Amino acid sequence: MTGDLGWIFFSAMVVNNFTLMLFLGLCPFLGVSGRIDTALRMGAANTFVLVLTAVAVWSLNTFVLAYAPYLRLIAFIIVIASLVQIVEMVVRKLSPVLFRQLGIFLPLITTNCAILGFAIFQTNRAYTFLEGLVFAVGAGAGLTLALALMASIRESIEFADVPDVARGMALVLFIAGSLSLAFMGFAGLLST
Amino acid sequence: MDSVRPEAPHCGAHGATPVGLGRVTTPAEDLLRGLWRENPVLVQLLGLCPTLAVTNSVANSIVMGLATFFVLLGSSVLVSALKRLVPNAVRISTYVLIIATFVTIAEMVLQALVPDIHKALGPFVALIIVNCIILGRQEAFASRQPVGRAALDAIGMGGGFMLALLLMGSLREVLGSGSLLGVSLFGPRYEPWVIFVLPPGGFFTLAFLLLAIAWLGRVRVARAPVRARPAVGAVERAA
Repeated sequence: MTGDLGWIFFSAMVVNNFTLMLFLGLCPFLGVSGRIDTALRMGAANTFVLVLTAVAVWSLNTFVLAYAPYLRLIAFIIVIASLVQIVEMVVRKLSPVLFRQLGIFLPLITTNCAILGFAIFQTNRAYTFLEGLVFAVGAGAGLTLALALMASIRESIEFADVPDVARGMALVLFIAGSLSLAFMGFAGLLST
Repeated sequence: MDSVRPEAPHCGAHGATPVGLGRVTTPAEDLLRGLWRENPVLVQLLGLCPTLAVTNSVANSIVMGLATFFVLLGSSVLVSALKRLVPNAVRISTYVLIIATFVTIAEMVLQALVPDIHKALGPFVALIIVNCIILGRQEAFASRQPVGRAALDAIGMGGGFMLALLLMGSLREVLGSGSLLGVSLFGPRYEPWVIFVLPPGGFFTLAFLLLAIAWLGRVRVARAPVRARPAVGAVERAA
């Protein structure tokens, strides 16, 4: 049982890393990965919302969507959007400092495909409540790992003498490709 | 050139940036700008998740492109038709609901017509909901324009998205599987460059495409009349 949970965590974090292997959540990965501290904050905010989504999606699947499966996508996106809104209001009330640091990132998480993708995976794989939570933490850790790696590489090559045409997005994509290549080395660890 | 940006625009943030507003555009411009000059993927760098994830074969690219095209056209027309009825405070939620409805239709149709490709696309059909190109066009264009213009814009942007997917898909399938639409191109002696149909190949292919586009932009600037050069140079330095 614990072994299964460990594999779910490890698979979500490294082997099937959301960003580098499944192409989910690329917008923050490419857009907010310039500085390591912003990248970590973005990763933490995403993990938090992922865990809340895991709870919400499990409840939806158990209590509501069993009776109306065709409403799946519409229900998920509404729940995610409202969750993010509630988190934003709670954080603003409880910790204005944290709100100022996370402020701009929180609303953007709604349109982050990692969250909706996570909800769909969790449904398709029919995870139990506990498995869903572990999957959420693993996926969040994976997102944070990818963001942190990307940000550290970009910080250290900031002053490198790159040809003019390659500056900007093309260079970031080359780095992402190399990171993804490195993560493919983990693929043999899981047979499924 | 526009594509040389230090930071990719974040989905939600960029959706609010109106493209082509502030000046009067002709209907022909509405239709054509999305195809190349303001191509949503190659120039605006939006919707990168599906562009990288599902383009490992031409067939997948075409189906994904058609599904996104359908959702974009449907939601643009509906949002534009309903623009007087939707209160400003809940407009984004309304757009998302409309988009989610069309995505549900698209997913059911694909599941019924092409079950194999639907399976290969995985969660990415459902993820059209959070494709920033679609929400961005609703906020920036469809919600302020008459139905006809909104439809033209959606056709142009959807066509541009399909064009980018097709470009990525054919490059990756030819290099990674040695075939095009499943038809073998180089015979059995070709050793496929498998990395191009795997995730890293997606990143590398798009990187090379953006490099090529940036280089083409340079060439065009160098050939432009001398009078126009300093301004363009200043823009490039700023970017």
